[in-house]
Amino acid sequence: MASDAHGAEEGGLVFHPMDQFIVKPLFGDGAVAWYTPTNMTLWLGFAILAVIAVLVLSTSKRAIVPGRGQSVAELAYGFIYKMVEDICGKEGVKFFPYIMTLFMFIVCANFLGMLPTAFTPTSHFAVTAVLALMVFFTVTILGFVLNGTAFLGLFWVASAPLALRPVLAIIELISYFVRPVSHSIRLAGNVMAGHAVIKVFAGFAAIAVISPVSVLAITAMYGLEVLVSFIQAYVFTILTCVYLKDALHPSH
Amino acid sequence: MATQTQDASHGASDAAHAAADSAPGMPQLAFETFPNQIFWLLVTLVVIYMILSRVALPRIAAILAERQGTITNDLAAAEDLKAKAVEAEEAYNKALADARAEAQRIAAEARAEIQVGLDEAIAKADAEIAAKAAESEKAIAEIRAGAIESIQAVATDTAGELVTALGGKADAKAVSGAVQTRMKG
Repeated sequence: MASDAHGAEEGGLVFHPMDQFIVKPLFGDGAVAWYTPTNMTLWLGFAILAVIAVLVLSTSKRAIVPGRGQSVAELAYGFIYKMVEDICGKEGVKFFPYIMTLFMFIVCANFLGMLPTAFTPTSHFAVTAVLALMVFFTVTILGFVLNGTAFLGLFWVASAPLALRPVLAIIELISYFVRPVSHSIRLAGNVMAGHAVIKVFAGFAAIAVISPVSVLAITAMYGLEVLVSFIQAYVFTILTCVYLKDALHPSH
Repeated sequence: MATQTQDASHGASDAAHAAADSAPGMPQLAFETFPNQIFWLLVTLVVIYMILSRVALPRIAAILAERQGTITNDLAAAEDLKAKAVEAEEAYNKALADARAEAQRIAAEARAEIQVGLDEAIAKADAEIAAKAAESEKAIAEIRAGAIESIQAVATDTAGELVTALGGKADAKAVSGAVQTRMKG
């Protein structure tokens, strides 16, 4: 494959921290058409299985006194439900399944990506951009449907002095359209950077003298990345809630 | 994108070349894989959404509601039992008080009964004593009267004898009169 070819060219220390992110077909070496099952398809499938395991299989007993698995499912449910309710209010609760889908998908994909040799769908801008754009369009369309033109009041800061308002409006407008960019790049960037750094340290492990340090560094980074996996899913979800709140209650 | 995928599908070697080209940079920016990624991502999201909204979330909500219900029921049952316990304690206290009052009543009754019997017995005894006393009095009076009579007779006899012995002539009438006067004094 391509990575082998590169290794042969350079020799010695081999750093290909980004090769882990290559999307390639599962079967054969053909082109990646829109329908081709790729390694990403596989790990997206695993993410679905993880979601089923965490939320469906664990709750199959419907125990009044929950076991471990059911506790996790209930905690995840309560965590996101409370987040939606606290930030968006009662009206936001009907978007709870949507937000729960985002959270469960990101958190499962992130954690599965922490397995060695795994592929991490959330490290791809195409994936996170779709997630972020979905939120962006949902919020924008919902904002206009629910509030009509009053939704534009979001950009007109009524509490600021009149002279400043047009300037603020421009800033607000720009920040509004930057939202999906920051929303998606924050997640993919964090995940990608962590995985790439671990890979770089792994490359150094080839040198016998440095390898203990390298292994220690990998361990430390791994711990950090586990944290980041959850925190980024949390951040993505909470920002989704905050943006959704703008659509539901545009006057801040 | 369609043209790109067509280009890429020209041959396996071309595709491998394209992959190799994109490898040194960021695979995240390999735009020819975007339709694929987006397609499978949307499939995944729809599947997860369906699983969550159809199965997982209603089930967890039901479990939580059921637990809430069970807790509420249990609390209510506990409240009930507590009320019952309080009731039972009250009933017990009432029964205790009743029993105590009853005992006191019975004791008082018994006391009263005994008192009545006692009073009767005392009255009877008093009456008997009075009767006995009266009888005795009577007997004593009789005895006293008898004695006075005897004394009078003896005194009269003795006085008559004395008068005779002293050489007088005993007038029986005068002697008895004198004795009577003397005994009165």
